[in-house]
Amino acid sequence: MNKLIVSSSPHIRGIKTTRSIMGDVLIALIPCVMAGMVYFGFRALLIVAVTTATAVLTEYLSRIIMKRTQTAFDLSAAVTGVILGLILPPGCGILFAVFGAVAAIAVVKQMFGGIGQNFANPACTARIILLISFSGMSVWTNTSFMTDAVTSATPLAAGSGAYHYFDLFIGNTGGCIGETSVVAILIGFIYLLVRKVISPIIPLAFIGGAAVMSLFCGQDMLFELMSGGLLFGAVFMATDYSTSPISKAGKVVFGIGCGVITMLIRVFGTLPEGVSFAILIMNIIAPQLDSLFVPKPFGTERRLAK
Amino acid sequence: MNESRFPVKPFRVHGGAKVGHHKHTSQNETVVFPIPGEIIIPMSQHIGKPCAPCVAVGDHVFAGQKIADVTAFVASPIHSSVSGTVKKIASVKMPNGSKCDAVFIESDGLRELSPDIRLPEIKSREDLLEAIKNSGAVGLGGAGFPTHVKINVTPDKADTLIINAAECEPYITSDHREILENSWNIMSGVYTLLEIMGFKRVIIGVEENKPDAIAQLTDIAESKTYDPDDRVKVLKLKTKYPQGAEKMLIYACTKRIVPAGKLPLDAGCVVMNITTLSFIANYLKTGIPLISKRITVDGTAVSKPCNLLVPIGTPIKDVLEFCGAENPKKILMGGPMMGTAISDTSLPVLKQNNAILAFGEDEASLPEETDCIHCGRCVESCPMKLQPVNIIKAAKRKDFEALEKLQVANCIECGCCTYNCPANRYITQQMRIAKAILRDSKQK
Repeated sequence: MNKLIVSSSPHIRGIKTTRSIMGDVLIALIPCVMAGMVYFGFRALLIVAVTTATAVLTEYLSRIIMKRTQTAFDLSAAVTGVILGLILPPGCGILFAVFGAVAAIAVVKQMFGGIGQNFANPACTARIILLISFSGMSVWTNTSFMTDAVTSATPLAAGSGAYHYFDLFIGNTGGCIGETSVVAILIGFIYLLVRKVISPIIPLAFIGGAAVMSLFCGQDMLFELMSGGLLFGAVFMATDYSTSPISKAGKVVFGIGCGVITMLIRVFGTLPEGVSFAILIMNIIAPQLDSLFVPKPFGTERRLAK
Repeated sequence: MNESRFPVKPFRVHGGAKVGHHKHTSQNETVVFPIPGEIIIPMSQHIGKPCAPCVAVGDHVFAGQKIADVTAFVASPIHSSVSGTVKKIASVKMPNGSKCDAVFIESDGLRELSPDIRLPEIKSREDLLEAIKNSGAVGLGGAGFPTHVKINVTPDKADTLIINAAECEPYITSDHREILENSWNIMSGVYTLLEIMGFKRVIIGVEENKPDAIAQLTDIAESKTYDPDDRVKVLKLKTKYPQGAEKMLIYACTKRIVPAGKLPLDAGCVVMNITTLSFIANYLKTGIPLISKRITVDGTAVSKPCNLLVPIGTPIKDVLEFCGAENPKKILMGGPMMGTAISDTSLPVLKQNNAILAFGEDEASLPEETDCIHCGRCVESCPMKLQPVNIIKAAKRKDFEALEKLQVANCIECGCCTYNCPANRYITQQMRIAKAILRDSKQK
């Protein structure tokens, strides 16, 4: 008689794995990478490649040094790398990009225990570290073939009216590699929704919160929503699993908080980093939001239906 | 009569899992299993007090003869499924790890029915309850709760009888075959219970992946001839695991919520499995107690998947041999979501068994756990709206207060959280542990 395997039920598993989810995020990022390449040339692609490779390598080495199971191939580090690359300016230096990726993975992610344990979004925090440490974040070289290769102001620095809505929509503006093209981000967003990788709550609440706040502050709403890193942050960074709340109510508050803080920083702040700081601040509040909004289990609702 | 008596469509149940159906055996006529050489009848085949044997070693028994009983209220008598000689009475280890006595009967190969079998005479509620008790009926969907206890309610306590034909577990088609092969039995059971027990309405919940079964039942239930007062409705449920879980089914059919820690009765409902109902109707017509059971035999290691009508007590290894199981690595009693993996194939088929599944190497190998990515899929998929991710964290740090607050005791162990977990974590297992340590801490 051959030996039988005995285990606790259930005995079958769904097809989704951490790797397949991260793979889906990478696919969703492809339009943004392509838009970055179209508008900023191959240098943009190089930067994304450098941050991705560095992120994966850093993850690999960190896990070895920490004597933990190897997670470098679950694609989560690759996602962080690509996202970080896409939120860097196209004209930044290679070493600058490498430093950012090492900081994102080694400091922000692995030092807190790796995937699922970090409380702050690695890419977002790395961008803030770079911004505060170096001056490289404000070099906005626009190397697009559509405009002449000159250093041009980003839409946010130039202000409302400097760009047409259509240019903002397709991404033909100055800015970070993957953040400028609204249409590319929306394609990625739809893909993530169709594949059920993320719920639409956080991005919609983020955008809604920012929209209401911009009207409240007397800003050009459409311009605010389509410029800077708002949309990219709402879709790809605020929805990070480990750093956002799980409950639906928590997600709504989290998203609205991100949107409102972004607009407050844009209107009243001095740094050009509304989205990054907003997401980081809300990351810190996320666990509290989850303990604040604990859904009532089935059968314990106060009012039972008759 | 009033139009709000039945829902037009089922109410939406939270969470769940989109499990593969694998209902390969739904279109094949049930095969009658040959009379086994030896049967093993454990004394505990129901929830409640185990029975004590009322036969001795060496006695001759007939098929359908009562061989074990107990006077406790929550219990159900057990009958021999073959004719032959009692060989021994010895302890066996049940699939859940507990031990109980079992009667081993050597079959004479004739399966001679007991001459004492009589048609039950039903004149009152009490007669019906007594008859159901004598039939040995228990919940055949898997739980095994004695039916006469469950059904013993007055109309002011429960107005709705829900017949569970959701059959949401993958692979299993035994209820589906019961509907296709015995729909008239089912309906006569429905009308008997309506008439004698005084329910106001009956809702038969069937998942929509069984259109032939729905059509067949609807034909009878919707006909003015058989149901002139429109008291029976076949409700097409969404195909989503765990649609057939008692609390989910009650909500889907009535929008009533069973309060935490309470019974269906507290929502004015009685839920009964469709095969149980069909069996009772058959018993009222023939007087033959519960001695055979239809089980689905399937799985990747089974070469001839089918539904089998087997005498209760038939060793599982005989069943697997009959269906051509090749080198199975994992054998389940019940479905893949909630069934129990067994280590010993000499165990018999029990009353409440509805499937034997055998899987090969690929399905049997256990997936490797990776780190939790905090994606919240366990929370989204929990039909009880619990928070598995936080419950497990609380259990790890032995925070009983948090476990109490997170209501871990409400977990129905349906397995959706584990099924949907992308990190392959054994969440359901840890939920069971969390429940157990909370229970222990209260006893101290």
